[in-house]
Amino acid sequence: MPEATRVRWVLAAATSVALVASGCGSSGGGGSSSSDASKTFSYQSSEPQNPLQPANANEAGGGRIIQNLFKGLVDYNPTDATLRMQVADSIDTSDAQTFNVTLKSGWTFHDGTPVKSSNFVNAWNWAATVTNNQINSSWFSDIQGYKDVHPESGAPTATTMSGLTVTDDTHFTIKLTTKVSYFEYKLGYIAFSPLPDSFYNDPAGFGQNPVGNGPYQFVSWAHNSQVVTKSYPNYQGVDKPKNGGVVFKMYTTAEAAYADLQSNNLDVMDQVPPSALATYKNDLGDRAIDSPQGAIQNIGFPLYQPDWAGPEKAKVRQGLSMAIDRATITKTVLQGSRAPASAWVAEGVEGYKQGNCGDFCNFDPAKAKQLIQEGGGVPGNKLTITYNADGGHKEWVDAVCNSIRQNTGVDCVGDPKVDFKTARAAITGHTVTGAFRTGWVQDYPLNANFLADVYRTGAASNDFGYSSPEFDKLATQADQADSIQASATGYQQAEAVLQQDMPAIPLWYYRTNSGYSTNVQNVVFDSFGNPAWTQVEVKG
Amino acid sequence: MGSYVLRRVLQMIPVFFGSTLLIFLMVYSLPGDPIVALFGDKAADPAQVAALRQKYYLDQPIWKQYLHYMGNLFQGDFGTSFTGRPVSEIMADAFPVTIRLALMAFVFELVVGLTLGVLSGLRRGSVVDTVVLVLTLVVISIPVFVLAYIAQTVFATNLGWVTPTVQDSTDLSQLILPAIVLGSLSLAFVARLTRTSIGENLRADYIRTATAKGLPRRTIITRHLLRNSLIPVVTFLGTDLGALMGGAIVTEGIFNVQGIGNVLYRAINQKEGPTVVGIVTVLVIVYLVASLLVDLLYAVLDPRIRYA
Repeated sequence: MPEATRVRWVLAAATSVALVASGCGSSGGGGSSSSDASKTFSYQSSEPQNPLQPANANEAGGGRIIQNLFKGLVDYNPTDATLRMQVADSIDTSDAQTFNVTLKSGWTFHDGTPVKSSNFVNAWNWAATVTNNQINSSWFSDIQGYKDVHPESGAPTATTMSGLTVTDDTHFTIKLTTKVSYFEYKLGYIAFSPLPDSFYNDPAGFGQNPVGNGPYQFVSWAHNSQVVTKSYPNYQGVDKPKNGGVVFKMYTTAEAAYADLQSNNLDVMDQVPPSALATYKNDLGDRAIDSPQGAIQNIGFPLYQPDWAGPEKAKVRQGLSMAIDRATITKTVLQGSRAPASAWVAEGVEGYKQGNCGDFCNFDPAKAKQLIQEGGGVPGNKLTITYNADGGHKEWVDAVCNSIRQNTGVDCVGDPKVDFKTARAAITGHTVTGAFRTGWVQDYPLNANFLADVYRTGAASNDFGYSSPEFDKLATQADQADSIQASATGYQQAEAVLQQDMPAIPLWYYRTNSGYSTNVQNVVFDSFGNPAWTQVEVKG
Repeated sequence: MGSYVLRRVLQMIPVFFGSTLLIFLMVYSLPGDPIVALFGDKAADPAQVAALRQKYYLDQPIWKQYLHYMGNLFQGDFGTSFTGRPVSEIMADAFPVTIRLALMAFVFELVVGLTLGVLSGLRRGSVVDTVVLVLTLVVISIPVFVLAYIAQTVFATNLGWVTPTVQDSTDLSQLILPAIVLGSLSLAFVARLTRTSIGENLRADYIRTATAKGLPRRTIITRHLLRNSLIPVVTFLGTDLGALMGGAIVTEGIFNVQGIGNVLYRAINQKEGPTVVGIVTVLVIVYLVASLLVDLLYAVLDPRIRYA
């Protein structure tokens, strides 16, 4: 207690000094002090799991470094998740199937070579080719000719996709196999980054020493310790760096990072450790961050199991959903690090429609009991929830089970699997018999990503074996819409279909609970849970 | 002596093969598929998974994988991790850090532990003895991570003498605090072992003889008493050096030291066979060499022990 008081005193003093300073003619607004654009700041990170190649980074450690070293055709505005043009000057389409891309001139890679159409097309062809072993290779599956470079089995029959044609240095076209009205949104993903011509001489070496075209250029990678970047003076993007670079410091535990943050040895952190959730706002004062993230936690059901296959069981799932007291659990057990869900799409995403889950995400024990009874009850009157024990899920799974047990009389127990990969193996291998924990983190901030990739028949992440002709029809219609807005509205209609089938129960949305040191200011987090890197100001 | 050492070294060969095989089998039997896990929450593309399996030689039966690994090992190739880095390079980065940390902890427990043990053993029942007993009891009963967090809060957050975590793992001065924390538990054991051993030997006939001969007290203690009392302590220290290296995972995590513990922890989580087998094999060799050194030290300490 005395400790916390002391910290707050220091903070109050620091703020008032800053206020006085700004009163004396500084141009900065309330409480901000002057910044030095040449100074770097440090960010809590983890050692990348793969070499630093854009199409090979799908986890946070490598992904956020790639994101800063490379810039694709488009990216997402960190404040409102809308799409904005970066290397692309325009992306035009008349039928949502053929896209004409025009590049801005003046963009260069960090080695000085210009960014041309071929840098995009060659990079995508290379990354899609199955023999080049890129984790994100399936991202290119919409493009015509993908099957030739990436057959389901056997060796590829081509090295280029027929859907990509270079017109000249600043123009190229993308032809898709079917209409995908929101394809531009996908283009913001790091896998679609351009690669310099020097890449192909030594892709493995490039992975240790990448050359990009983004706001920051690579300086050094001391493995397991830090990756150092510096701002690229010739960066042409709309988000010019206001700092001198980012130093990604590797931490194995969030506790260690938090201790460093409090003593100003780390400037911005990723996520405060669970042990600090209750106190971090007190510890950090106005340097604490609590903002929405484009990620959702669900409980899924194995609709392929006879126990859950019957159409009447949808009522049981609806009932179970209504028996979960989301508001209390997020506030107490999860300490405010999540927000109750009222739809299958996360808050803050383009096309998010609050309450699209209908009444079924509202807490109503009486209605819950009634629905479960109407649906013939939970098989064996006992529900199991399978989850991975290494992800800090035990507490909330137990709380959800308590909620279900108390409010419906259905017995409910957690079924922990030793770690993430074991739980995934059980879920994708279709050996789960009860409910299971599942979740979705946005690839791009659009509702289609939360719906088409998860609930469409045969979708890669449809772990439920869910198949609804109505949902599929609406989703396909939405894909063929002529604008992103129309597509988003179409997907909202598809989302509403999930109400009646309830393949998964939406629980809550993730939030970014983070903070920053006294060395930096203007730290804003986007819906990916990343800070707006280039906007961070380091105090002079 | 020479033939004894040779015999012991030869014995290490089957131990080496046995342990690599065991570790290989253990990593193999860990649940889950490491390649599918690379794709995280997202669905893995089957064609890409197949291609990656082939790249990492994981599409072969386990015995073939083992032979392939051992074949490469004898050519000095420890394999590559999923990051594309050679495992030998990863180990070359991490082992020096852990060795430094372990040696500092070792020196700390040796010097402080022995001193405390000798002091309290010579003055049983005195205030010094009681204080040492109580302190070591406290250290033994507190888990190492609690000690680490206390040290971090007191010395870094409150007093500000050091940074809460190690900023540069190659900087010796920054490793002092983690080393003290790491060595504290063994220090307590060393102090208590020495104390008991000294207490027993003080009553031995040869000490009485030495005293009767009129030898100075200092000579009695250093030449006769200490030398004879150290055998159990040396046994403990020998095995402890290996334990310090392998057991530093918790301490390394809290102080963010980029040593072998951290690398091993991540590799096991990712089921990265070559990294785990490589590191554990080196740890096994460290253990074997340490125990050989201990056995040789016995002969130095006690002339009655001879190796033919």
